[in-house]
Amino acid sequence: MDWRDTGILLSARPHAETSAILEVFTPAHGRHMGVLRGGASRKQAANLQPGTQLDLTWRARLEDHIGAFTVEPQRSRAAVVLADRLALAGMNAVIALLRFCLPEREPHPALYRRSEALLDLMGQGELWPLAYLRWELALLEEMGFGLDLTACAVTGATEGLVYVSPRTGRAVTAEGAGEYADRLLPLPPVLRGEDPESDADIARALGTTGWFLEHRMAQALRDKALPAARAAYVDRLMRLAHPSPRPE
Amino acid sequence: MARLPGLGPRSARRAVLHLMAKRGMLLMPLAEAMAEVARTARDCLNCGNIGTADICPICADEARANGLLCVVEDVADLWAMERSGVFKGRYHVLGGTLSALDGVGPDDLRIPQLARRIEAEAISEIILALGATIDGQTTAHYIADQLEGRVALSSLAQGVPVGGELDYLDDGTITAALNARKRM
Repeated sequence: MDWRDTGILLSARPHAETSAILEVFTPAHGRHMGVLRGGASRKQAANLQPGTQLDLTWRARLEDHIGAFTVEPQRSRAAVVLADRLALAGMNAVIALLRFCLPEREPHPALYRRSEALLDLMGQGELWPLAYLRWELALLEEMGFGLDLTACAVTGATEGLVYVSPRTGRAVTAEGAGEYADRLLPLPPVLRGEDPESDADIARALGTTGWFLEHRMAQALRDKALPAARAAYVDRLMRLAHPSPRPE
Repeated sequence: MARLPGLGPRSARRAVLHLMAKRGMLLMPLAEAMAEVARTARDCLNCGNIGTADICPICADEARANGLLCVVEDVADLWAMERSGVFKGRYHVLGGTLSALDGVGPDDLRIPQLARRIEAEAISEIILALGATIDGQTTAHYIADQLEGRVALSSLAQGVPVGGELDYLDDGTITAALNARKRM
């Protein structure tokens, strides 16, 4: 068994003294693991930072074996984000969520393309936090928990959508919500495709997507808490939006 | 011996046979030294360095109380800094880096002790000498968040190593070096 593909490195953990077990996200083979001989060497350390784009060849005697990788680095993303607190937190969140929710060896080419494009944007300009929000929506959809924000679930109206039903993930208008408004989640305009006025708008929208990630996807997948890296990213974004005064 | 890092069964066997052959010259002094280390070595209560007393020689040295504090990941990094002989301040050993993969959170590192040392030792600048890795810099940013406004913070530069030729550098190092370029 063997294949060749490109992929995003999600993690590299030491295996014995000289090897590493790589976890990568590829377009055709999904989240895939394999041993990299010599992966613990210092020479490889720069190439094996999470987020690195790799050219991969995987070989195993049988398909269900963990197999061995040979890798060729295509481009490093770590160097771009290391000095940028928000971008580093964003990259950690993307990688942690991919590791958390993707089943092993199940291809998700559309999500892969979005993830690759998002990681390439990070640290280059200020547009990527919005791209991150869209990526979370795509992640929810790909995992089967997509939000339907096109029309009100109660009245069918397409205007004045201000809530999301936590049960169905569908948009609701104020009049459709009626007395149940306090049980619904807010639907920030940026989630409906409007441009955000500031990072605070994006952070508020991440609060809504975060609810579905935590209470729908995480519970259905493993019944575990979401990776702390996502909360750290949202916290970082909130801090940027509302900087606290420095102590004297 | 074969369980030690860097030693396989063959090399461990060679080392043991060599020690046995030079029992008086090598084996006995080594055994006594190791017994002494096992008996006396402990973590410095102040910085986390390894020493033979509760407070390590670096922390006990008043000449090094110059207001500079260098934060390193582990004792090996502290020794590497000391080998250079350039840094004349004190250290703080975190005991690792934040890592979601390994489940290492802020409470598992010696970050609260670091915060306490700022006032106790009148620290004026903290140098974050953590690895240029995702985990290392995530930790550095976390510490910077915690201490921002209380003390001056700096970090080591990233870029071309001494003796390094661009042709042999990975693209990540070249990117970091270019981003951290300085005016001449």
